[in-house]
Amino acid sequence: MFIAASVSSGVVVLVGAVFLTCCVEMVEALTIVFAVGHTRGWRSAFEGVAAALFVLAALVAAFGPALVSIPLNILRLVVGGVLLIFGMQWLRKAILRSSGLKSMHDEDAIYEAKVAELRASGQSQGRDRIAFVMAFKGVFLEGLEVVVAVLTLGTSAHRLGLAASVAGVAIVVVAVTGVVVAKQLSRVPENAMKMSVGILLITYGTFWTGEGLRVRWPGGDTMLFGLIGIYAVVSWLGVSLLRRRQATTSAVAT
Amino acid sequence: MNRRPLVLRLLIGFARFWWDFLIGDTPELFVAALTVIGVIALLSEVAGVNVAAIIVLPLLVVASLGISLYRAQRTSR
Repeated sequence: MFIAASVSSGVVVLVGAVFLTCCVEMVEALTIVFAVGHTRGWRSAFEGVAAALFVLAALVAAFGPALVSIPLNILRLVVGGVLLIFGMQWLRKAILRSSGLKSMHDEDAIYEAKVAELRASGQSQGRDRIAFVMAFKGVFLEGLEVVVAVLTLGTSAHRLGLAASVAGVAIVVVAVTGVVVAKQLSRVPENAMKMSVGILLITYGTFWTGEGLRVRWPGGDTMLFGLIGIYAVVSWLGVSLLRRRQATTSAVAT
Repeated sequence: MNRRPLVLRLLIGFARFWWDFLIGDTPELFVAALTVIGVIALLSEVAGVNVAAIIVLPLLVVASLGISLYRAQRTSR
């Protein structure tokens, strides 16, 4: 009974972490694809997307089984360290944006800038190489972070198949939502999602760094929820503190 | 025109990806993660104090994040 509860809590956090990471990255990729499709036509844009997805899937298929053969303690220590860095970077950025110290990621502004850049490069006859390359690069570069998340989270939890499936579902969900809302991606609460991803990645980073160094967590996998709580409170405190300091600085300046 | 061989370009791109991914504009977080691993390895593997490791690990992570945020706030002024 305890084992079942402990396994399911680990799975819930894994699914949440992979799903949210994929959603955030795919929203950014979709903005580029929409800009390419609307400006230069959809055929080459879709070809670029398909080629990028193929290469990314090949990377998961190539590196996934290789990672599984690494001893679990070493794998979890390395993955834990990578996730700690990755998670702290995401959470730092999300806290700075929420507190107003860094400007928000504006998908509308990015879309307009991309459209202007694509229009300036002129139209090409036949197959549009620029559209293909732009769509490929957008999806491949954003997707590479998804691949790292899927491989590290999936292999360390011994659930690579589940992580890859969740990533696939997230890609479909974002693509369908993107088509339905027709390029109004700025309405997606991207920073809140980014903060949630940061918290989940730091949680896994902490947990697996500990496991890799033979730290025995009280309650096993259920400790993940405790760590999520700690980091959520710290994030909230960080945003509140920085907002207050910002307000004080602005008041002194005026 | 880039005259470097394809393999070299791929290797440079791969190295650049990991550099941006792990270090980028927050080298302090990279150093912090290494410090966390070192301290917890000492506590857990050498001293064998599991309880201390459980408490210190998240505390060090929170402290690292705090230092990085403080640094960002100071540079934004």
